[in-house]
Amino acid sequence: MSAGTADGTAAAGEIGADDWQRLSPRLIPVHLSWLLAPVVTGAGTLLGTGGKVNLQALLTLGSFTIAFAIVAGVNLMRFLTTGYRITDQRLELRSGLLFRSLRSIPLDRIRSADITARPLHRLFGLASVDIGAAAHGGASKLSLDGVTRAQAAALRQDLLNRRAALLADPSAATAPDEHAPIAELHRSWLRYAPLTIWGVGGLFAVLGISYRTLHEMQIDPLELGVVQHLVDAFTSVPLWLGIPALLLTVAALGTLGAIGLYIEGWSGFRLEREDGAILRVRRGLFIHRSVSIEERRLRGVEVIEPMLLRWGGGARLHAVASGLGSAEENRTRGALMPPAPRAEILRVAAEVLGEQDSPTTLAALRPHPRAALRRRINRGLLVVLLSAAVLAVPAIWLPGGWRTGFLTAAGITATVLLPAVCLLAVDAYRTLGHGLSGRYLVARAGTFAHRTVALQREGVIGLTVSRSLFQRRSGLLTLAATTAAGSGSYKVRDVATADGLAFAEEAVPGLLTPFLERNN
Amino acid sequence: MRHSETLRLRPPRHRVERRAIAWWTVQSSLIPVPTMLVVGTLYLLIPPARFVFGWILLAVALPGIAYMAVMPLWRYRVHRWETTDQAVYTATGWLWQKWRVAPLSRIQTVDTVRGPLEQLFGLSGIKVTTASASGDLKIRGIDHRQALDVVEHLTRATQATPGDAT
Repeated sequence: MSAGTADGTAAAGEIGADDWQRLSPRLIPVHLSWLLAPVVTGAGTLLGTGGKVNLQALLTLGSFTIAFAIVAGVNLMRFLTTGYRITDQRLELRSGLLFRSLRSIPLDRIRSADITARPLHRLFGLASVDIGAAAHGGASKLSLDGVTRAQAAALRQDLLNRRAALLADPSAATAPDEHAPIAELHRSWLRYAPLTIWGVGGLFAVLGISYRTLHEMQIDPLELGVVQHLVDAFTSVPLWLGIPALLLTVAALGTLGAIGLYIEGWSGFRLEREDGAILRVRRGLFIHRSVSIEERRLRGVEVIEPMLLRWGGGARLHAVASGLGSAEENRTRGALMPPAPRAEILRVAAEVLGEQDSPTTLAALRPHPRAALRRRINRGLLVVLLSAAVLAVPAIWLPGGWRTGFLTAAGITATVLLPAVCLLAVDAYRTLGHGLSGRYLVARAGTFAHRTVALQREGVIGLTVSRSLFQRRSGLLTLAATTAAGSGSYKVRDVATADGLAFAEEAVPGLLTPFLERNN
Repeated sequence: MRHSETLRLRPPRHRVERRAIAWWTVQSSLIPVPTMLVVGTLYLLIPPARFVFGWILLAVALPGIAYMAVMPLWRYRVHRWETTDQAVYTATGWLWQKWRVAPLSRIQTVDTVRGPLEQLFGLSGIKVTTASASGDLKIRGIDHRQALDVVEHLTRATQATPGDAT
């Protein structure tokens, strides 16, 4: 380890001479902080077990320490060997001790420069800059982890300015100044936080992680005094009181969690249009995120209304843009708005796309044929049938008393689920719609979450028509417009064959023409 | 129909090779046939357990043989392809069928794909990628020489178009 560090210093020495810039030395304490984790857990174990550390705990701690020391070492090495510079044409990044690498990206290929600051980084005034670039047949990402915030802002501005200058767009290359934001966080939007389901899920995740960690430390969480006390309290009250109380507690903690996540994710939210036709989203309490989306990469927007949020009159807004990265990155980086009132979402959608009204609100969305409703009801019935069968089939092998119990349960499940799936099916059918709104192709669908996508028609780079056996029998097809942006394809589901093809022809003129036939 | 004239997609011009039926049959037999052999051997060797293995054999053989008998012929009826000066057009699938069109101007890469079984039957496949993350257009089961010609045609057409095909 120490020999490696010495080599690293030597390598760093030969970098420094020219215009290469280095990561900030403040990274050293940040990386050394990795070593705190084993120290703290070690002390915690000593306290928790009253000083009686057995061999297994010692081994766990030992491997823990070694792992964290390696992580800290690798990070330090990276700090010592990383350098970057911007030339007239390219951004260059060099790194690595054993495997020296020099990465060079033409400035006109750079699609985004996002600044992220994690809590520890912020403590030392640091940030990391993630640079996304178009690469051969996809996107590549380059990360400068640990520059000072001033450096990060300067680098981002420099990159975007030089790139804009290269793209010969004189209006684009200007100094940064303040703009009126398209949207800012409004305190009252917090009421939508409990309507996101992440709270309850997050609660279980936290419980699970705590349990695992304590278990690894040889502490059985179920034997802790606090937990014992809670279990006693639960078992001492009758079930009819205990279960609703438990559910209420979970719901309350889930709500708190959801509010916490909303605050963490969306504090200081600000969506603005910067010079150079760039949309910039800034948000986050502990982790500051800044995502820049070039408007020429923007292919449309998606308005998402999950069931609970919809009932509360809210919605979310996502950008459909190319160059955001993987599907996961598309989800996190593509978010343009927090859960907010529907009207506000639509206003922002219109403004982001530079339209008078949001294309997603187009009143004249064409409905789909009744066969689409039948398909949705059939799917719902299948769910009811399967859920009832899961309860009813084991009853065959069960003795008399149990059998009636299981069969009753199956009957109750079916009677409760049946109206629910019918309502859902009708709602899903009513949600279906497609249409054209100027430059945009609009499609809406969804059972639990309603999704309305408005996709630029020039952004469509191919069409897929798919038909299952059942769709063929009922004269339906699903039309997918493929695009380089977002999830890669957006679907108009269960549309009548002739209507669907006519719509495709209308939306992207000429693409299907040579392959269409008309029978009178 | 509400329309005085109804629109429909015409199938792409070229069928895949007849040899593709044999290729698909062999491919679909790779899992059921060895399983049947193993279960069948166990059935013969362990008489007391015949009741169990008989049923397992039946449960594997019936769907397996039906799949091997139906899928390749059905696929052969559906799978078709066509390239024009403007676009690539393919039809694939059997129970779930897909017709895909990609304009040549949006193509990023064109590859040939040849699995060991395809080589055995003198077949070849073409994979056409676009900038979309939703998957590639694939033409499988055409003659090897023909595939090379198609790849060359597509590559030339793709190089002729400027831009990064997004």
